[in-house]
Amino acid sequence: MTVATGYAAHRTLPLRVEIVRQFKRRRTMVMFGLLLALPWILVIAFQFGPQRNGQGQSLRISDLATESGLNFAAFSLSVSASFLLMVAVALFCGDTVASEANWSSLRYLLAAPVPRDRLLRQKLIVSLGYSAAAVICLPLMALLAGTLAFGWNDIQVPGTGETIPAMDVLPRFGIVIGYALVSQLVVAGLAFLISTMTDSPLGAVGGAVGLWIVCTILQAVEALGVLREFLPTFWNNAWLDALAPELDWSGMAKGASISITYAALLVAVAFRRFRRKDVVS
Amino acid sequence: MKRVAALAAALALIGVTAWLVWPSAPEVRGQDQTITVVDGPDDDQRVELDTTFFPPPDGGKAPAVLIAHGFGGTKQSVRQQAIDVARQGYAVLTWSARGFGRSTGEIALNSPDYEVKDVKQLIDWLAKRPEVRLDAAGDPRVGIAGGSYGGAIALMTAALDHRVDAIVPQITWSDLAAALFPNAATQTTSGAASAESTVTVDPATGAIGQDAEGGVFKRMWAGIFFGQGVSLDASSLLGRREAAAPLTPEQARCGRFLPTICDIYQQVATNGRATPEAVSLLRASSPITVANQIKAPTLLIQGQRDSLFPLSHADATARAIAAAGTPVSLAWFDGGHDGGDGEAEWVAEQSSAWFARYLKGDTSAPAVSAFTVTRDGGRDPGTRQRIRLHPEAGSYPGLTGTDTTTVRLSGPEQNIVNPPGGAPASISTVPGVGSLLGGGQSGGVSIDMPGQSAAFESAPLTAPLQLTGSSTVRIRVTGEGEVTLFAKLYDVSDGAQPPALPAGLVAPIRVTIPEDAASAEAAVTLPAVDYRFAAGHRLRLVVTTTDMGFATPATPAAYQVALASPELKVPTVRTLAAPPSGVAWWVWAMPLAAVVVAGVLLATGRTGTRKRRAAVPSRTDGGQAGTDPTGADAGLAGDADVPLEISGLTKAYRNGELAVDGLSFRVERGQVLGLLGPNGAGKTTTMRMMMGLIRPDDGEIRIFGERVTPGAPVLSRLGSFVEGPGFLPHLSGRDNIELYWAATGRPAADAHFDEALEIAGLGKALERAVRTYSQGMRQRLAIAQAMLGLPDLLVLDEPTNGLDPPQIREMREVLKRYASDGRTVIVSSHMLAEVEQTCSHVVVMQRGKLVSAGPVSRLLTSSAATTNGHGPRLEDVFLDLIGDKP
Repeated sequence: MTVATGYAAHRTLPLRVEIVRQFKRRRTMVMFGLLLALPWILVIAFQFGPQRNGQGQSLRISDLATESGLNFAAFSLSVSASFLLMVAVALFCGDTVASEANWSSLRYLLAAPVPRDRLLRQKLIVSLGYSAAAVICLPLMALLAGTLAFGWNDIQVPGTGETIPAMDVLPRFGIVIGYALVSQLVVAGLAFLISTMTDSPLGAVGGAVGLWIVCTILQAVEALGVLREFLPTFWNNAWLDALAPELDWSGMAKGASISITYAALLVAVAFRRFRRKDVVS
Repeated sequence: MKRVAALAAALALIGVTAWLVWPSAPEVRGQDQTITVVDGPDDDQRVELDTTFFPPPDGGKAPAVLIAHGFGGTKQSVRQQAIDVARQGYAVLTWSARGFGRSTGEIALNSPDYEVKDVKQLIDWLAKRPEVRLDAAGDPRVGIAGGSYGGAIALMTAALDHRVDAIVPQITWSDLAAALFPNAATQTTSGAASAESTVTVDPATGAIGQDAEGGVFKRMWAGIFFGQGVSLDASSLLGRREAAAPLTPEQARCGRFLPTICDIYQQVATNGRATPEAVSLLRASSPITVANQIKAPTLLIQGQRDSLFPLSHADATARAIAAAGTPVSLAWFDGGHDGGDGEAEWVAEQSSAWFARYLKGDTSAPAVSAFTVTRDGGRDPGTRQRIRLHPEAGSYPGLTGTDTTTVRLSGPEQNIVNPPGGAPASISTVPGVGSLLGGGQSGGVSIDMPGQSAAFESAPLTAPLQLTGSSTVRIRVTGEGEVTLFAKLYDVSDGAQPPALPAGLVAPIRVTIPEDAASAEAAVTLPAVDYRFAAGHRLRLVVTTTDMGFATPATPAAYQVALASPELKVPTVRTLAAPPSGVAWWVWAMPLAAVVVAGVLLATGRTGTRKRRAAVPSRTDGGQAGTDPTGADAGLAGDADVPLEISGLTKAYRNGELAVDGLSFRVERGQVLGLLGPNGAGKTTTMRMMMGLIRPDDGEIRIFGERVTPGAPVLSRLGSFVEGPGFLPHLSGRDNIELYWAATGRPAADAHFDEALEIAGLGKALERAVRTYSQGMRQRLAIAQAMLGLPDLLVLDEPTNGLDPPQIREMREVLKRYASDGRTVIVSSHMLAEVEQTCSHVVVMQRGKLVSAGPVSRLLTSSAATTNGHGPRLEDVFLDLIGDKP
């Protein structure tokens, strides 16, 4: 008998346990609190802002935000997708392994023993789950807050001012959230990879955010031409196409393709490195 | 890291080399020279043309391209374009037309007697150049390109000189009289009297009114065209003025125009009416009169944003050329005299393809479709920049399209007035401003003055409608005498956007109501545009009495305007299809490739592990079954009764120094083994290897006969506490312990929580978050965690750190009792007295090597070290062993 009674590798570190372990963290709570509070802060900001009167309005997404709950949710997503949600995803995925290393609890989990691939798999699933929850909860809360504050009207498309019936746009909203999720996979993969390489949780998060910033800067270099299309940040705003009067998939398809490509490679490298790594923390 | 750095350096080197070696474009040098030509109706006027010749950069004989400048420009305006064309392997000649720049002579508006003769002589000159390829003696292979004024000279010359082999005229006129005196109305019936209609325009042939004498004077454009100070070429406005001397009265009056042209212009501009002399003069300079003689393949590029020479001009020219059997292609691009993008790159590509085909005879050159239209492709999803699509059709359908969609308009008869003096006037396009300001995406500001406009609207469209060409509608005008009106077709959305006037174009109408009738009917050909009306939008026909750009009567008048027929005929072109822009191949290929690569990365990662295992040499001690532990079955070999067996264990630090060096020892059941050694002896490293956290470089560890690898299942029989506790600080002690056990996936009943927690002895503190614990509390909790499930082998690293004496004593008892049940305990410690009292056996390590191993008693007795009559103390033995004894 070479194994303790009741031990089986496939039963180690159940998702439920990992979810509980992460959920009670202050960091998780604060991030979700922020994401859930942000729409309300925006609502208050719009209420306090100087009231625009009459028809002389422009058609920017920020000016249309108070037209309806759906417009408001789109606006909230547009202001948060580029950075806030990215930070949230980087936090959940970058923190997950590095913080265990930091607390020294990683070695006890590995000696429990939780097989390394399984540990990474379970942690990746849970952190992606938290990331998804973060990405989803913001627009949902924005939809709720916006509907309570500005009413349930048809959405006005930024730029053209056309209206799309509210019920028609709800599935589009699903597409927007889905694309936002997929486009954050790169960040998740990158943060996760760094997380397996460092003992410092903030280092992992900061590293992912830093590389993201570098990509965003490179994106502004027009001289790079078509190469910029392959930067992971390039297609970040492609979800705007889902709110156009005519749904255009091409940008989102490219964005999803880039995102999945990078994410697959980064996660594979993470597994490969962690599998062979000497855990000294 | 070194490999990564080397790779980066190699890539950088490759990049720099490529940068340096990359072939740069050949250098083009222009040769300035003055060419003297003789022209005039009697061939008696000498004119000196200021020219620049760009020989083909590669040498040899090449086809020639003449590049003509626009009105108000000079040869300098097209210098960069000339260099770009020359680089593609052409001899290029640019010149300042007579009356412009440093060339002498006067502007004759591309007259066959003047400018055309000049260009013919430039072609003669080219025929003598050694760099120019000849079709025959005196006949060079030559093409002409140019925009606006330069486009017209290309057409005129190609018609009158058949040595020209290909032309690319852009944004130019077909009929200068119709451009300046347009009339988009065809009067069909005249009210109750039903007098014979004066059909002047075939509605199918588009908006060009042949009846220019009755046309509405395009006042502002004409003023700019003929004006002294304003030029159509924005760059010449920004540049230095070349005229230094004060103007003479004659110069101030006529500038550099031929006096006859100047006189005629002054007359028509004053009256706002075309005279027969003016029409015949302008016609003489109009390609439409000679276009049927053009034999050179022609690519007409006309701007969609052009209220001076609208698309209908290219249409008329194209049909005249095609009627003669000459190949002609037409492109409606996003540009023109009112601005737009200009699409410089795309236009250059098309022009280059045209010349490659018809001058170089390069059949592999990209084909230019018979009809290409630039359309808005929305925004690029990545850059959010506007993108343009270029749908093509294999044949040019004309302004009536391939199909007609009938849209029903409705609206009652409406009263409108012409204000006295014609002011304030409605605004559609402000000529000259669009191009000077760089052009906007929208058609600009469109304002209709109240009381001056009648509107007729359609129901919201049920489907998008792509208008390509000239819509037609029939209206009835009630009033007196000659009526000047302007018709425009708006795109009206019900949303917040103001109505949009496609391209800012209006159709001027002049209708004459017969003396004996109250009203007249007219068919109105609306401006040719390519425009997409979105579903849900309305089409709105607006008829106004004024427009800022045109001369309108000063006398006040009142009219009634009604729809003669509610049908608005909207032409559409079914054959226009964008080149297929399917999903780029990499969109699906990249993720698939990435998944494959990821799979390979993971699979090869596994292979590496096996290789490493195979490299482990056979164990040197023991004599257990399975002395050949290589291969996959190595894990099965070994004695399942031996809790721990270490053989040949070696591990080097990164810097190569050995942390553990060939360590071998063995621990039996029931032993409490003390692992001793000074700091840096390799104790902790050995323990980490026992836990599978670190891979040994050589040798192996077996626990109950199973080789230890990362995550080996046998580790479930090992309880460990190494290098301090590791807890989630935000959870309570109890949560930590319970979640840890849950993480092992074993049944809660096997955990023996109570026994473990009793050892921890934390009491109520167990419910507090671990971050509030003292070091000793964490230490005890960690030992309790190690004992969860009562593992068969317990490994404790410095367990008594941070404990007070009673706790130490208690811990000692716990460990002894634990081992007495047949389990095994390994303790590393610095506290030698403690080890002496607790342990049955010891292993002494120094610098990664085994120094001594055996029962404590044997170690003590075998030692020669005795002091002060007492029995030897472990401390003395230890110091002796590690050779540190004073």
